[in-house]
Amino acid sequence: MSRKLRILVAKPGLDGHDRGAKVVARALRDAGFEVIYTGLHQTPEMIAETAIQEDVDVVGLSILSGAHMTVFPETMRLLKERGGADIHVFGGGIIPREDMAELERIGVGRLFGPGTPTQQIVEYLRERFPDRG
Amino acid sequence: MEGSEYERIRREFERWLAGCDAGEAGRFQTISGTPLQPLYTPLDLEQLDYLRDLGFPGGYPFTRGVRSNMYRGRLWTMREFSGFGTARDTNERYKFLLRHGETGLSVAFDFPTLYGRDSDDRLAAGEVGKCGVAISSLDDMETLFDGIPLGDVSTSMTINGPAAVIWAFYIAAAESQGVAPEKLRGTIQNDILKEYIAQKSWLFPPEPSLRVITDIMAFAARRVPKWNTISISGYHIREAGSTAAQELAFTLKDGLTYVEAGVAAGLDVDTFAPRLSFFFNSHLDFFEEIAKFRAARRIWAREMRDKHGAKKPESWLLRFHTQTAGCSLTAQQPENNIVRTAFQALAAVLGGTQSLHTNSMDETWALPSEKAVLIALRTQQLIAEETGVATVIDPLGGSYFVEALTNELERQARVYFEKIDALGGMVRAIEHGFPQREIADAAFRYQRQVEQGYRTVVGVNKYALDGEQLDIPLLKIDERVAHEQHERLAMLRRKRDSTLVSRRLDDLKSACRGRDNVMEPILAAARARATLGEICGAMKDVFGTYVEPPMF
Repeated sequence: MSRKLRILVAKPGLDGHDRGAKVVARALRDAGFEVIYTGLHQTPEMIAETAIQEDVDVVGLSILSGAHMTVFPETMRLLKERGGADIHVFGGGIIPREDMAELERIGVGRLFGPGTPTQQIVEYLRERFPDRG
Repeated sequence: MEGSEYERIRREFERWLAGCDAGEAGRFQTISGTPLQPLYTPLDLEQLDYLRDLGFPGGYPFTRGVRSNMYRGRLWTMREFSGFGTARDTNERYKFLLRHGETGLSVAFDFPTLYGRDSDDRLAAGEVGKCGVAISSLDDMETLFDGIPLGDVSTSMTINGPAAVIWAFYIAAAESQGVAPEKLRGTIQNDILKEYIAQKSWLFPPEPSLRVITDIMAFAARRVPKWNTISISGYHIREAGSTAAQELAFTLKDGLTYVEAGVAAGLDVDTFAPRLSFFFNSHLDFFEEIAKFRAARRIWAREMRDKHGAKKPESWLLRFHTQTAGCSLTAQQPENNIVRTAFQALAAVLGGTQSLHTNSMDETWALPSEKAVLIALRTQQLIAEETGVATVIDPLGGSYFVEALTNELERQARVYFEKIDALGGMVRAIEHGFPQREIADAAFRYQRQVEQGYRTVVGVNKYALDGEQLDIPLLKIDERVAHEQHERLAMLRRKRDSTLVSRRLDDLKSACRGRDNVMEPILAAARARATLGEICGAMKDVFGTYVEPPMF
């Protein structure tokens, strides 16, 4: 049996709205994943650094501030640059549909909008990583 | 009522209950989890003493309202929280709202401003003007209120960590218009304790933050006497997922902590307490919210008079602003949010609010469009001028249910007071992560109830539409705002006297190190056109910064 899926839940930028990130982190932990939460006010550099140091499989970014078009591409770029190209990046928050398409194009995984049941996020990760707890 | 009369009612009540199929006990609860009876009767108010517990509007303990004539004298202030893009963009929105009958201004700042950072700070990338207006200097503040006479409007500013600096920009902008500080009316939120608890836009650690707040209170008492120096806020605590009782308890306890800090700094409680105001959420559970507002007034009056020795009635009364619950809005079928907001606004009015913001239907997606904010404002005007609910004071007072729920919320809040006292007070409790944990637990509980279908969210977990398409207009903020701000700041830095700026910043640092009131040196730095980031940076050099331990 391979090791449990390790997920970094990250809160980039100055946005303090962490209710969603915390609820999702708890739900993922309850679902049996290993979850690390960065806490607030992270730059893309800090997130990429933590992801690589903690050897995570997945990074989930929570953004409600409208900064997603800056933060996602920058985090992806830094992960690639620092040897974390195989780390899967997905996210949640307030992201308009046209921006979602653009982010998908650069390799970002699923983006979950407001009102998403946490179970849906769990199922998404289980489907994507079928052989991992 | 005679004891024998209660006995007769009790017998009849039990007979009625036995024959009433009211569902299993515990199944019906408020949204916060307080169990509700199917019916309330005089039996629930046996201990209620009218004069002791309710009294008359405008008199202790203010349960029924803070003014004797309430809305017959003056309606609540209709104040739409707004700000986006550059100061120029937002200035136009303010003029639009004032033209359409808004009666007070309320400034929403963008994230960099809330964190005391200039628009060209590295950490501001991607966030300039997105969630509010970008204000980096006195120049921006002057533009924000261009053509709006600051001696005539009241302005509320949602600003906390850098409140002293933004307030200094406002005072200096008024000076530029020829308006003296004594004439200014408005509010700075300046409630740092709830930042550590919920909203998370802090600058310094708790102790120096409290020192700056007491400096603000002392300065206002002397120079800006009509200004509300702190708006002690439950709003963000509730948005972070708390229950109604947690919102009530943590907010009032924060307020009492400021009172204690002021007294400890040598201020007479009656010089600053009348300028403290409050800010609550109006959430979905209609009666629970009304009871919360009424309980808040009574608890504050009792605490201030009986425990904190305030002598002036103005120090006992709890005035508050209300905002409808942003967290209750749904991205799905956003038009439904108009209806949610209307119910929540009605609860705020029935609860006796002094000022009200109604959310716009599109706020889960973006900052409000002009059309959406106009409907939100019209909602308040409808309540005020069409429904008739503002005619009679505290119209639900005396309702068996509302009085019983008011008592229950006071009881639950006092249980939290005891827990916080046992931890050594609010600052210690925050350092222990106590309120933060209670809120996160409540938020998770609520989310689980929604996912299990125990709570209905119309349009989300029930009555959802397949393949729904969003068909309301959304306001977009593009990177033009950041570019414009960068240029404005570059120009400001070129044209000002930079030697003067550094001298002013040095003066400020020495005030921070010593005991002098920091407001004068902040004002002097603002007038010299030091930027928000520079002034806050100087203060951080002395006071240090704060990092929250991550937990979930």
